[in-house]
Amino acid sequence: MNKKISFLLLLSLVALTAPSQLKIGDTAPGFKLKNIDKSYISLDQYNKEKGVILIFTCNHCPYAKLYEDRIVALDIKYKKKGFPVVALNPNNPDISEEDSFDEMIIRSADKGFTFPYLVDNVGIYKAYGATKTPHVYLLQNENSHFTIRYIGAIDDSARDENSVKQTYLANSIDALLAGNEIQLKETKAIGCSIKPY
Amino acid sequence: MNRKISSIILFFLLVPITAIYAQNVSAKKISFRQLQERMETTSVDTILVINFWATWCKPCIEEMPVLEEIPTMYKGTAVKVLLVSLDFTDQIEQKVRPFIKKNGIVNEVVVLDESNPNDWIPKVDPQWSGAIPACLFQYKTMSLFHEGKVTLATIQSSMNQLMP
Repeated sequence: MNKKISFLLLLSLVALTAPSQLKIGDTAPGFKLKNIDKSYISLDQYNKEKGVILIFTCNHCPYAKLYEDRIVALDIKYKKKGFPVVALNPNNPDISEEDSFDEMIIRSADKGFTFPYLVDNVGIYKAYGATKTPHVYLLQNENSHFTIRYIGAIDDSARDENSVKQTYLANSIDALLAGNEIQLKETKAIGCSIKPY
Repeated sequence: MNRKISSIILFFLLVPITAIYAQNVSAKKISFRQLQERMETTSVDTILVINFWATWCKPCIEEMPVLEEIPTMYKGTAVKVLLVSLDFTDQIEQKVRPFIKKNGIVNEVVVLDESNPNDWIPKVDPQWSGAIPACLFQYKTMSLFHEGKVTLATIQSSMNQLMP
């Protein structure tokens, strides 16, 4: 009986402990993960860029799907300016079948992804404190390392692109490019909880 | 006299039926402001459990049965479970109502009608990243927030902390 109670207590503790979020100004954790073309991509490879738009996303989540076209558009626009998109899928296909490696290849081809789409099967999402898809981190290259400059949503209207009033992520990149202070460094949005390995 | 009795009988028959029916299948739209008002008025004398979910969210659906058990589990305690759906409001008819009917959901369901999540998510709890499922337990001035799937243990420990 006592054993049962302590087990329950332990369970509730585990369940109540939220993952620690990276903060604005923190150094971005590195990674080396498998891309859908089976090559391995690391954060270090981007050391010639001004920064990286890191997006935790996946195939199955309706909110992630709503943003696919917008992510492609962001990559096309900002890659030229030194901020390419790198997408990471942290979901375990054993829990979410649609998020398997093969399905990632199909999804990327269907939607015409112009950016790498990596399998995060080692919990990089945890190092960043990502909790959901989509979850965006804007990284700025500071020569020896990347610094987190923005965390959160892509914009303020997932459902309808036409009613977007604030393009949070694009505004943040524009601010970095202009050497200005980012106005809104963190935003919240609804997303699908990550289904970890 | 007879008429009176039959109308009384009819009343007692109809009221619970309509109450159950109205509560279950309505899935009314609610603004965040209205939700806040309900939170304030309800939590004065009742433990309010607000669950943020959506029909497309797999872990939300998985935790639904345990949330459905709360009112029976805590019979005798004033507790109210409010299921706040984050389905898109134009899908209430195709997704939310069929889900309620199919699964015989007893807890009240409302559909949040808000466009910019950044305006209201931090007001639910500053710790909430926006991932669903998420659960808020509220009683008087106390509130406990839980992001992610709730287990029976989470519910029990939260309820124990709030129970008068």
